[in-house]
Amino acid sequence: MSDATEIAKPRASVFAGLRLTWTATIAGSVLLFWLVLALFGPWIAPHGEAEIISGTTFAPVGEGGLLGTDKLGRDVFSRLIYGVRTTLLLALITTVISFAFGVTLGFAAANLKGWFDIVVSRIVEAFMAFPSTLLALVVIGAFGTSITVLVLTVGLVLSTSVFRVSRALGYDIGVMDFVEAARARGEGTWWILTREILPNSMAPLIAEFGLRFTFSILFLSGLSFLGLGVQEPAADWGLMVQENVGGLFLGSSAALIPAACIASLTVSMNLLVDWFQQRQQGETVLEKIDQ
Amino acid sequence: MNDILTIKNLRVEGRPPGGSYVPIVKGVSLNVAKGEVLALIGESGSGKSTISLASMGFARPGCRIAGGEIWLNGRDIMKLSPHERHALRGDEVSYVAQSAAASFNPALRIGKQVIEAPLWHGAGDAATLTATAVDLYRKLDLPNPDTVGDKFPHQVSGGQLQRLMAAMAMSCGPDLLILDEPTTALDVTTQIEVLKAFKDIIRDQGTAAIYVTHDLAVVAQVADRILVLKNGEMVEEGPTAQILNDPKHEYTRSLMDAVRPAPHLVDHVDGSAAQAPVISARNITAGYGALTILSDVSVDVPAASVVGVIGESGCGKSTLARVVAGLTPLREGEIKLDGKVAAPGVKDRPRDTLKDCQIVFQMADTALNPRQRIGDILGRPLEFYQGLKGRARLDKVGELLELVDLPRSFASRFPGELSGGQKQRINLARALAADPKVILCDEVTSALDTVVAAGVIELLKSLKDKLGVAYMFISHDLSTVASFADEVVVLYAGRVVEKGPSKAVFSPPFHPYTKLLLSSVPEMRQGWLEGVADTGEAKAASAGSVIIGAKGCPFANRCTHVIAGTCDRVTPPLRDLPGELSVACHLDTDALPST
Ligand SMILES: Nc1ncnc2c1ncn2[C@@H]1O[C@H](COP(=O)(O)OP(=O)(O)OP(=O)(O)O)[C@@H](O)[C@H]1O
Ligand code: SF4
Ligand SMILES: [Mg+2]
Repeated sequence: MSDATEIAKPRASVFAGLRLTWTATIAGSVLLFWLVLALFGPWIAPHGEAEIISGTTFAPVGEGGLLGTDKLGRDVFSRLIYGVRTTLLLALITTVISFAFGVTLGFAAANLKGWFDIVVSRIVEAFMAFPSTLLALVVIGAFGTSITVLVLTVGLVLSTSVFRVSRALGYDIGVMDFVEAARARGEGTWWILTREILPNSMAPLIAEFGLRFTFSILFLSGLSFLGLGVQEPAADWGLMVQENVGGLFLGSSAALIPAACIASLTVSMNLLVDWFQQRQQGETVLEKIDQ
Repeated sequence: MNDILTIKNLRVEGRPPGGSYVPIVKGVSLNVAKGEVLALIGESGSGKSTISLASMGFARPGCRIAGGEIWLNGRDIMKLSPHERHALRGDEVSYVAQSAAASFNPALRIGKQVIEAPLWHGAGDAATLTATAVDLYRKLDLPNPDTVGDKFPHQVSGGQLQRLMAAMAMSCGPDLLILDEPTTALDVTTQIEVLKAFKDIIRDQGTAAIYVTHDLAVVAQVADRILVLKNGEMVEEGPTAQILNDPKHEYTRSLMDAVRPAPHLVDHVDGSAAQAPVISARNITAGYGALTILSDVSVDVPAASVVGVIGESGCGKSTLARVVAGLTPLREGEIKLDGKVAAPGVKDRPRDTLKDCQIVFQMADTALNPRQRIGDILGRPLEFYQGLKGRARLDKVGELLELVDLPRSFASRFPGELSGGQKQRINLARALAADPKVILCDEVTSALDTVVAAGVIELLKSLKDKLGVAYMFISHDLSTVASFADEVVVLYAGRVVEKGPSKAVFSPPFHPYTKLLLSSVPEMRQGWLEGVADTGEAKAASAGSVIIGAKGCPFANRCTHVIAGTCDRVTPPLRDLPGELSVACHLDTDALPST
């Protein structure tokens, strides 16, 4: 287009601008639902997190609490509501940690190149070659099961893939002409990283954030299930599955409900990331057409 | 009727990011008969490629065919199922894209990829198909037709790859061949062989063809009929001779006027009186990693003048600009900016030195950070070099925008909201923001339409007069360089083969390579191609390819005048000829090509 002036039209509404697909709408609603529960949980939950409400353990759905009781007679419904807080918060913290590590090192490696890049890349590869659960088992085994150790370990494990994505982005964007132009002007490394490269890596990094967040939920739940994660009496979905797995044979759904919740969270997050990536891709393809 | 393709009232719509569908092609009708070449011409954005894709029943992502009929071989392909339509491609229709390199899989041997489509369509077994392919290679004049199929894509030259791409397209014996700017990415010297090969094979096989291009001189060589497009609408249609010699429509006439005359016909700038050089590069040797690209290159850019740098793709033009700017450190030699020796690396140069020499890149699109507003893009160098802030900075941004003939309101836009020509103006404005003594312009007009490019050149000229800035103007467009530059440097394989005032370089005596370059620039005359493709020079040139770092004269493997035993052993030094001209050739002065 020789005169591409009309691209920036005001959008009809925020939602029209987002161009939500129906999968994205459902996934978004599910996530929003869990988020609201996490924020207002203590005021919504009918019972306390560790409160024993019934003498009957593994009470079925509808009897003694909305969703039954667990192995100690606690209210599954209330624990579920408290659990979403722990699960989401821990996943958020670990993902943020992994991004702080991964993006800094990845961009630094792409920009500094040379021995720094080689050394960091080899270390990261060594970490990746190690099964992540095994790694976590070793570290947590050595340092004990505290929340700090847990969060740092998972953050570290996640940061390896964030590093690889950021390093690739840093390399790709780092050779583009506008970065060269900044270099030719005499700009320092800090400016180039924060003003030229980072803003242009946002879209893929956001998608990566979503994926790492999902992975973190699964990983943390897995660790909790192994007894290495969140400890009782705190509520956590992974932990709830582990606690109540024995109830499965008694016909209790106390283990299945948190499992389904984990699935709903991760599937929704993945759908949303898919939507975001497709939308991003759609835009770039269209930008090419407009030339 | 023996029309292979008939398109009636075609409408295609596209959706810009976040917007709704807007028409791209607005009711175009056309037809192509057997053995006929129809050229689609028009500026970029006029819908040429969109129409050519639609004739295969295909729309790019984000676009849709909104209406009309597309009849191929007597069937309306819009009524076919997607699967049936898919089966047409590579069988009845095939497509040759602008960049062959992007269409070949680098990991597979060429021959295998050439016969892939017919094999898939079940046109025969691998052995017979390979035999047909070898036959095609021979018709396309490819060197070593029997073995070229065993090579990998990176082992052949760009021009050869483009011809192999044609072989791939022809391998299934299509009824309709679509060529989308197939020579635009090639050098003029390579373009000749490819054009000739395309033309011959189309004639030979009686294929109908659609040829998309913006280069009218190329159209004059290959097309039987021309369809002129503007903003998705048909402006004029007619036989090639009529459109070229007697265009009826105003717009067609304006397109014709924008065509630049051949380099030796333009009015040359008379070299201004010798000024102190702002750039003085002495005996530069530079490269990437173990690769040496530039060897012993010396170039001076006098203050307030234009030095043109020409040469084929890959000869090191951009590398030279990068070395001067300090982006690629030099290995040997010395660069003086405004009389002071400059450090090889940009990191070691003080801001004052950096400020004096600015670089503008080839691709306007990628040279602007898409996430920064124009105001910030222009404001940053003001702040960086001159410490301007706030109000002062804002005012200066407005002045810069006006200087490059853009409205002040553009400051709040993002680069994505500008057209190619406007982006290139912003690029220039960013360089001007530093208040430099010299600007390195690396192919600043190559990605632009002729009309838009002409505007940018005019702007460069007026800035030179107004601000007294000098340019190192890198381009492979000889006509532009000839009319714009005071002095010209001809690079070949990383060496200077000729340099001097523009007038002297573009008139005899020539260096044999300069001669080849000049005679390869297409002329708007039908039949020019046949005349030039048969000359000994063109044949010798297409036989070899550029070898960087060769012993002796770098041009020896493609030169008709080669002196055996001398040229391939001894590198000819630059020697001075009368009229400030320097030539690097072993030939005696009166033996140099003179027509
Ligand atoms: N970063 C790089 N690493 C290695 N080789 C490179 C690099 N950049 C360019 N080259 C090589 O250096 C040679 C000269 O490249 P250069 O970009 O200077 O050519 P050019 O004359 O500007 O070509 P064009 O007209 O296509 O822009 C080419 O062979 C190219 O492949
Ligand atoms: S030196 Fe020899 S090979 Fe090189 S251009 Fe001159 S005649 Fe040709
Ligand atoms: Mg270049």
